[in-house]
Amino acid sequence: MKEKTPSKLEKILAAGHMAVTSECGPPRGSDPEVIVEKANLIKDHVDAINITDNQTSVTRMCSLAACIRLKLMGLEPVLQMVTRDRNRIALQSDILGAASFDIYNILCLSGDHQSFGDCPTGQNVHDIDSMQLIQTVRHMRDEGKFLGGDDIKRPPQMFVGAAANPFADPFEIRVPRLAKKIAAGVEFIQTQCIYDIDKFELWMKMAGDRGLLEKVAILAGVTPFKSVGMARYMKNRVPGIEIPDEMVKRMADTPKEKQPEEGVKICIESIERLKEIKGVRGFHVMAIEWEDMVPEIVEKSGLYPRPSVE
Amino acid sequence: MQYPTDIKIILVPCTGKLDVLHILHAFEKGADGVYAVGCMEGDCHYNSGNFRARKRVEQAQHILDAIGVGGERAQMYNLSSSEGPRFAQIAVEMDERIRKLGPNPIKLAKNKAA
Amino acid sequence: MIVADKKPIEEIIEEIKEHEKILILGCNECVTVCEAGGKKEVGVLASALRMYFLNQGREVKIDEVTLERQCDHEYLEEIRDVMDQYDAVVSIACGVGVQFMAEKYHDTPIYPGVNTCFMGVTEKRGLWTERCQGCGDCMLARTGGICPVSRCAKRIFNGPCGGSVKGSCEINKEIDCAWQLIVDRLKALNRLDDYEELSPIKDWSTDRAGGPRKVVREDVQE
Repeated sequence: MKEKTPSKLEKILAAGHMAVTSECGPPRGSDPEVIVEKANLIKDHVDAINITDNQTSVTRMCSLAACIRLKLMGLEPVLQMVTRDRNRIALQSDILGAASFDIYNILCLSGDHQSFGDCPTGQNVHDIDSMQLIQTVRHMRDEGKFLGGDDIKRPPQMFVGAAANPFADPFEIRVPRLAKKIAAGVEFIQTQCIYDIDKFELWMKMAGDRGLLEKVAILAGVTPFKSVGMARYMKNRVPGIEIPDEMVKRMADTPKEKQPEEGVKICIESIERLKEIKGVRGFHVMAIEWEDMVPEIVEKSGLYPRPSVE
Repeated sequence: MQYPTDIKIILVPCTGKLDVLHILHAFEKGADGVYAVGCMEGDCHYNSGNFRARKRVEQAQHILDAIGVGGERAQMYNLSSSEGPRFAQIAVEMDERIRKLGPNPIKLAKNKAA
Repeated sequence: MIVADKKPIEEIIEEIKEHEKILILGCNECVTVCEAGGKKEVGVLASALRMYFLNQGREVKIDEVTLERQCDHEYLEEIRDVMDQYDAVVSIACGVGVQFMAEKYHDTPIYPGVNTCFMGVTEKRGLWTERCQGCGDCMLARTGGICPVSRCAKRIFNGPCGGSVKGSCEINKEIDCAWQLIVDRLKALNRLDDYEELSPIKDWSTDRAGGPRKVVREDVQE
């Protein structure tokens, strides 16, 4: 893949390295130190840091501001942008705002429904959907034009990503959906966290058979279990996550104090297996409220030190 | 077989004929209580007439509660047409219930207004 | 049809409690079908209100009329001669009827007696569900007859979103995932390849976003 943007993430992938990304959730307040601290914990172990956008519809400091904070620290942010809260004017506007700070990565998402969050009586926007947002960013970047047709002065140079969930319903369109996102212009994918490696492997094979893996860089999502309670919760209550029974049993059979350690072990083993799957170009480590575990996971998976690129 | 004399019986071919409005109008005109006596559930001669009657009595009960008349004044009973003694028993039960609740407040209000 | 649901009687009482001569006005069409505002409901509401006010020690005149519709001039004209008998009207037609009444009878307060909800179908008696939001630019040909605007909680045009579970929407398992329905339907029609066509960005100017709308047909105007 020839680089189209100054994005460090794009460069790492183009150079043929396994990329590593992770994420930070902004605070429910205006204290920038929260972001600074979380970023400092992981900055040497990842190539880029995602900042979530009002995740689960819970109102937080906006992703754009937190990404700017990362940029000021000299780090590489990935701006997550959901279509739930902003219309096409605001989306294009925020993209330009991000570009003005030389933020080079964007992840285009729909966003969880507002009924899950702290403002369930609010409106949702969904002026355009996540696929149309991908098209919009590409249009702004490659044609240098607004959706309305006018020229953009200093168009954004963003490496465009999206999420993919090989485990969501219905399974039969999961690969066509990936194809659709690629046709819309997506350049990298971060998947939902993977526990059922066999099923993921099947999805990757089906994608490979269609020639899709040459067109997009897939970063496999991984999340370590902190406890058997967390594993059960994710298995039963979180849509789009599939966890094999043996994995939950393994956590359950571990004594309570040792469970976090076991969860990290499972995560590292998964990464080793995923490395072997054709088309996996990197990892997106989501250690929710456990950011200090990211360095250990990255190191023990043989992904440290991170390569440098120019 | 005896049953209280202040019960006025209105015959219908099936309790399914009973409408919510019949119940409400009865109270509007001053009835202290209204009850429907239908066939045993599952034995309705017209299949589901008595189920409908029960739903309508329940609807009337909610409305009567909301406006301060009291939903317990409307009731649904089921029995077989051969159960004479049970019919009398229901009449006595309903009569006692209504006496305990007292006269329909609408009746009192209307008398006052007149 | 337009589906509406009765307002709680307490709310209606609050609206009309200052008045003494009230007309309950029903509608013989949509609200009759969804059992919220037809002749029967007019009768029940009127009887309940009469008893309520009597219980409060007031004899309030509450009359009952049901018109064929409340969205056409000729039907609303039918009550022109009796309107001066009332100091308020509770219309239990949909919001359209309430508003048209208010326009026609400028000097009489018109209160709503139902909450107007959506355009939908009778799945069975007692269960009405939404199908259409009147976006003004129907795209059902592309989605096998299932609307992503009205049936997808996020009105996604290139769905599904990944939050659905076994064909149910992430927000409520009683709600079908519209995109699951669309995929199933495209499969049944042997058109699953259509799924990969990217749906273009919607022009919302024909929807509510463009402001209050109208349809003009000069060919039928006099």
